[in-house]
Amino acid sequence: MVKLILKRILQMIPTLLIVVTITFCLTRMLPGDPAVAILGIEATDEDIAALREEMNLDKSLPEQYVLYLDDLAHGDFGYSYSYRQDVLGLIISRIPNTISLTLVALAIAAIIGTAAGIIAAVKQNTIVDYIVMLLALVGVSMPNFWLALMLVLKFSVEMNLLPVMGMGDMSKGIGDVVIHMILPCVCLASTPMATFARTIRSSMVETLSSDYVRCLRARGVREWKVICLHSLKNALPPLVTVLGLQIAGTFTGAIITEGIFSWPGMGTMINTAINNRDYSLIQGAVLFSAIMFVFCNMLVDIAYMILNPKVKGA
Amino acid sequence: MSENNDVILKVEGLKTYFYQASGVTKAVDGVSFTLKEGQTMGIVGESGSGKSVTSSSVMRLMPSKTAKIVEGDITFEGVDLLKLSKKDLLKFRGNECCMIFQNPMTSLDPVFKIGHQMVEMIREHHKVSKKEAWNQAVEALKLVGIPEAEKRMEAYPHELSGGMCQRVIIAMAVCGNPKLIIADEPTTALDVTVQAQVLELLKDLQKKMNTAILLITHNLGVVWEMCDTVMVMYAGNTVEYADTKTLYQEPLHPYTWGLLDSMPKLSSSSKEALVTIPGTPPDLRLTGYCCNFYNRCPYVTDACRESVPPLVEVKPGHFVACHRQNGVNQLKRGEVNGDE
Amino acid sequence: MPEKKTQDMLGREANMAILKKERKANNAWNKLKRNRSAVIGFIIVCVMVFLAVFAPVLAPYDPNAIAPAIPYKGIGFEGHLLGTDDLGRDILSRILYGARVSLIVAVGATIVGAIIGVLIGLLAGYFGGWLDVVLMRFMDGMFSYPFILLAMILITVLGNGVWNVILAIGIANVPSFARVTRGQVVIVKEEEYCNACRVVGVSDVRLLFLHILPNCVSQIIVYATLRVASAIISEASLSFLGLGIALPTASWGSILRVGRECLTTAPHVATTAGLFILVTVIGFNLLGDGIRDIMDPKMKQ
Repeated sequence: MVKLILKRILQMIPTLLIVVTITFCLTRMLPGDPAVAILGIEATDEDIAALREEMNLDKSLPEQYVLYLDDLAHGDFGYSYSYRQDVLGLIISRIPNTISLTLVALAIAAIIGTAAGIIAAVKQNTIVDYIVMLLALVGVSMPNFWLALMLVLKFSVEMNLLPVMGMGDMSKGIGDVVIHMILPCVCLASTPMATFARTIRSSMVETLSSDYVRCLRARGVREWKVICLHSLKNALPPLVTVLGLQIAGTFTGAIITEGIFSWPGMGTMINTAINNRDYSLIQGAVLFSAIMFVFCNMLVDIAYMILNPKVKGA
Repeated sequence: MSENNDVILKVEGLKTYFYQASGVTKAVDGVSFTLKEGQTMGIVGESGSGKSVTSSSVMRLMPSKTAKIVEGDITFEGVDLLKLSKKDLLKFRGNECCMIFQNPMTSLDPVFKIGHQMVEMIREHHKVSKKEAWNQAVEALKLVGIPEAEKRMEAYPHELSGGMCQRVIIAMAVCGNPKLIIADEPTTALDVTVQAQVLELLKDLQKKMNTAILLITHNLGVVWEMCDTVMVMYAGNTVEYADTKTLYQEPLHPYTWGLLDSMPKLSSSSKEALVTIPGTPPDLRLTGYCCNFYNRCPYVTDACRESVPPLVEVKPGHFVACHRQNGVNQLKRGEVNGDE
Repeated sequence: MPEKKTQDMLGREANMAILKKERKANNAWNKLKRNRSAVIGFIIVCVMVFLAVFAPVLAPYDPNAIAPAIPYKGIGFEGHLLGTDDLGRDILSRILYGARVSLIVAVGATIVGAIIGVLIGLLAGYFGGWLDVVLMRFMDGMFSYPFILLAMILITVLGNGVWNVILAIGIANVPSFARVTRGQVVIVKEEEYCNACRVVGVSDVRLLFLHILPNCVSQIIVYATLRVASAIISEASLSFLGLGIALPTASWGSILRVGRECLTTAPHVATTAGLFILVTVIGFNLLGDGIRDIMDPKMKQ
């Protein structure tokens, strides 16, 4: 078991290398000259040439790649020319906002989604099941940025209840931040919540009709234990897989939705970076999120191993 | 049926139907028997004759939500099982009555260790500490002959062989010191050598604990070895019910004759082809209006096509459901049908 | 002995009748008809496809015709059933033409992603060993990108346009399809019947495509369902950010982009386009779930 986990951790290294390489290739293939983009069209040829040299753009691609790897090894993610700031610093100042949004949304989604899924599975083919599944269907089917627009329209423009701009001020107390978080979190949680409910329901329905659940009941084990302990634990591996997918999905959702709420996170920053063809910042941001997800996937895989004894034995 | 004080389980006129889109399947359509303390009763019959549904009905544990007990009485030590509350039902299951299923490999929860499942079950029925329950579980595992019981407690079900799993399940069954064990084809999924061991184990435990056993099987040899009484089922009905010796020596129902004839015999010359019953069992959505066996029976009469034969006690303790066996002019085994 | 006229309850005819009834009930088409949500999904998808195909006939106006005199008009304004946007373009016409683009992109991207992803997942899961390591390491690499980020970068490399958006979303779909398939294959290949097949000498290719793949199909379809649906959303997201279908070409996402700009002045623009997305995605989800229920041999009811 420990060996398997260690093996999985070691497997991360080639993945990270692949990520770095893909990031490098993709960003270098982007059209347009970043030096021109940074300095503007009216810049002199000398200035552009100087900047190109500074950014190593005059060197061959393999050379650029090696220099890039070397910089990364020293923790240097580059310099953002559009923000005039160190990339790593920029990301570190922005990413906690996005992560906190993502995590809060996921936590809400996991709790409510799992509970709803269990209820639907236990009350299979009743009106409760139909209602939960209908809501889940709408949740899965709704683009979260559209939900964001609609909520802003309803709660901020029409009813003027909740704020839409920024993330509030910690100095005004935690309440201000919470109020600012409500709308973005509801938007982001809708899709994963619905997905969790659907996944849990379908795998619970399967385990609830399995032999061992019948045997547990035959042994006189109480129904809540059969459902919440045995069925649920057997239904967890697919949920873990879906959770792995939903972390990335919710992060993505945050990137799109942040703009609507002017939430000062990665989304707004990446948008600006792509519009400005800010190579270093795009590279840095993408690489940073990719590294984050390499870790996430590893944790998901390890959780899967722990939850499924058969995989462990194999 | 005669009332007796030591009767453990009494089933009368049980009918369990499955309601499906394509019709009502009468999986169990009139089954009656009694089981006394410390005795073993066998239920034999072809696949799909309603043996397993009968046992599930006793446990009130239907394999699917479409199944319903529509008629009949099931009494366990004088208590009507069909009227038990959910809470009492939990006390009944696993404590007073245990069930052993056909496939041991899928009968244990794959994601929990053996020990955890045993401790859980013990603590479900007895107020004991975790440690005490653990010790009880180890004892039970030793009792059913599992070597290195402590080590097995830490194993996952998939790490054990089929025979081992079945022993674990039997160990769980005996933990509660039950009065009745329902064994639903407990040996079908196991090796022949292991089968014998498991049956031997059940017999041993029965002697030690004076438990009644309801043994469901399609193996008449097992019945002969294990059972005091036998019920033969066909297409959801009890067709014959008697003590084992009587059933083997003086079987009355033509279906029972067919069953006994189709058993391989060691004594007879082995080249002899096995006798089979021609035809197939009826679709259970069509039954209930006639004798279900008439289309395969060599002794069929008009009465067989027109009404369901009632279960009649022809001799004390010997019941049979056949239009031609409950009157005076009884058929003899092997007789050529006079009507034809 | 003459034939008696008693009804032969267990006879051949009665048996045939009940078998016929059963066969009819279990026939795929009849099962689909009985599955109410699948029927609703099917109808929604058909209606949307119809609207998309016949957009030139159905649309009352040219979707790109600008009418500066009547911007931000609400629902039902002078023959503009769903109103007009910032440049006075007819929203209904834009939504109908947008349906074409959105549906082609969503279905195309899912097909691209599924074909490549399932193949990779099958190979990796079944053969295991170094092939599994190499393929899945590469997939993990791609998978480590947040979906939209990968699609964004691919689009900036490939350029805008319908086919490039299909390719970008499709490629971004590959790793997740590969993962889901592989996860399922790893479980299925441990099952008894696969070992049985191997024992009787069924070749790897046969086992993989005739025994393992069909056992993974229901899972893949459930997933593909969510993917067609979410590809519609992905296209909308990218266009919404200004990276997918570029204006003035109408797609549901690009209409939403306009709708966001004029959210306070003309809320109906974002509302109507979003509702079309919602209903279509619901339709695909319902239909896919229905197909899953029918294909799953365990679900007989």
